[in-house]
Amino acid sequence: MEHQAIASEVTFHHHVPGSENVRRIIKTFWLLSIITIIELGMGFTIYFIHKNPDFSHGLVLGIKGAIVILSLAKAFYIVSIFMHLGDEIRNMIMTIVVPLMLFIWFIAAFLWDGNSYKNLRNNYDKHFQERTTEKKGGH
Amino acid sequence: MSSTATAQQTKWWNGGRSPFNLEYGKLMMWYFLMSDAFTFGAFLISYGTIRFSQNFWPDPNVVFNAFPGTGHTNLPLAFVSLMTFILIASSVTMVLAVHEGHRSNRAGVMKWMLWTILGGIAFLSCQAWEWHHLITGEHGVFVDGKIELASQTMGGNPWGRHVDPAVVQQALTVSSHETLVHLAHEYPKEGTTVALDALEKMPNDQLTGIINLEHAHIREKGPIAFGGYFFGITGFHGFHVFSGVIINIIMLTMTAKGVFDRRGHYLMIEKAGLYWHFVDLVWVFVFLCFYLV
Repeated sequence: MEHQAIASEVTFHHHVPGSENVRRIIKTFWLLSIITIIELGMGFTIYFIHKNPDFSHGLVLGIKGAIVILSLAKAFYIVSIFMHLGDEIRNMIMTIVVPLMLFIWFIAAFLWDGNSYKNLRNNYDKHFQERTTEKKGGH
Repeated sequence: MSSTATAQQTKWWNGGRSPFNLEYGKLMMWYFLMSDAFTFGAFLISYGTIRFSQNFWPDPNVVFNAFPGTGHTNLPLAFVSLMTFILIASSVTMVLAVHEGHRSNRAGVMKWMLWTILGGIAFLSCQAWEWHHLITGEHGVFVDGKIELASQTMGGNPWGRHVDPAVVQQALTVSSHETLVHLAHEYPKEGTTVALDALEKMPNDQLTGIINLEHAHIREKGPIAFGGYFFGITGFHGFHVFSGVIINIIMLTMTAKGVFDRRGHYLMIEKAGLYWHFVDLVWVFVFLCFYLV
């Protein structure tokens, strides 16, 4: 079918053939579902690790890090396949992705700041530390 | 991609055509979504800063463990999983609506838009139940040597540090009659289910004997910021879902009236689709920050 010019800005259409597009959508749906199930499995793992009073904080942190990476993978698939950003022209993709790089600094700086405030308070306000730290064996 | 694409690729910046090959409205939708990503990002990062500044933060498995119709059964993350799958499914139906729009298939667009709207309404209903449950569900909290009742609001929450059972026993002896009746009613020991009006007539020490402390999970008050951030950010996301549903209903009506057939293209469905997928995208991170880690 010949496409009529839908907007003067659009020079060419980049449509994947119909059946292939649907297959790609369904594949992405399963991918997102499976990643979500893995994330939930990891969430439950943390729940059971917490039941042990002397759990390893490093292990919990590692699992949480893995969940963050899986969430970023989900975000990539939603934006690239569902929102079709992956099919756009490279220049256009860059005008969206490059400004978002600000988040790297944004997240690192502000989490660092929060953590630093906690450490300072724990150092200079022992009452705060004693009042808010989870007692050993509790949970 | 067809051969026309490769032929034109080298001359994008020579003028006479848009170098982004995108319709104006769709490009602006992308830039709006980028700015909205920063708004949500700023909210979530602010939450992260406060959370990193605290020694104690509530465990999501403790806060979100209820499911409609199951009483006090401990089902961590079950309900929010359902909400997440509803949103993923509605994202798929939306992308299928966009797909039918490319083929100018009016009936197909209407079918998938309808499913997307239903998914959005289902998600909002789940969120309404969740909020209602958190705001009205009263838990015993250890405050100033006695037990009080509190739910999760902007002003406080009962998700603080665990309290030693011996301390709780002591605190129960000085707690109010009303609190003890509530706890005995909500968390009775095996085989001691007593009617509420009978409980109200019982003396305090008898009530204390009925309460199952294993189930009541008495804690201290949690960090005050928890409630505000939770209701603020999930509320802001819920507002996006709500406006997305409204936009989708308008798009469905316009499709039904044949507006897009007369225009000769379904670009408006694509733009509404971008917004809807963005709402799903934000949920990935709200889900991550509040429920998973």
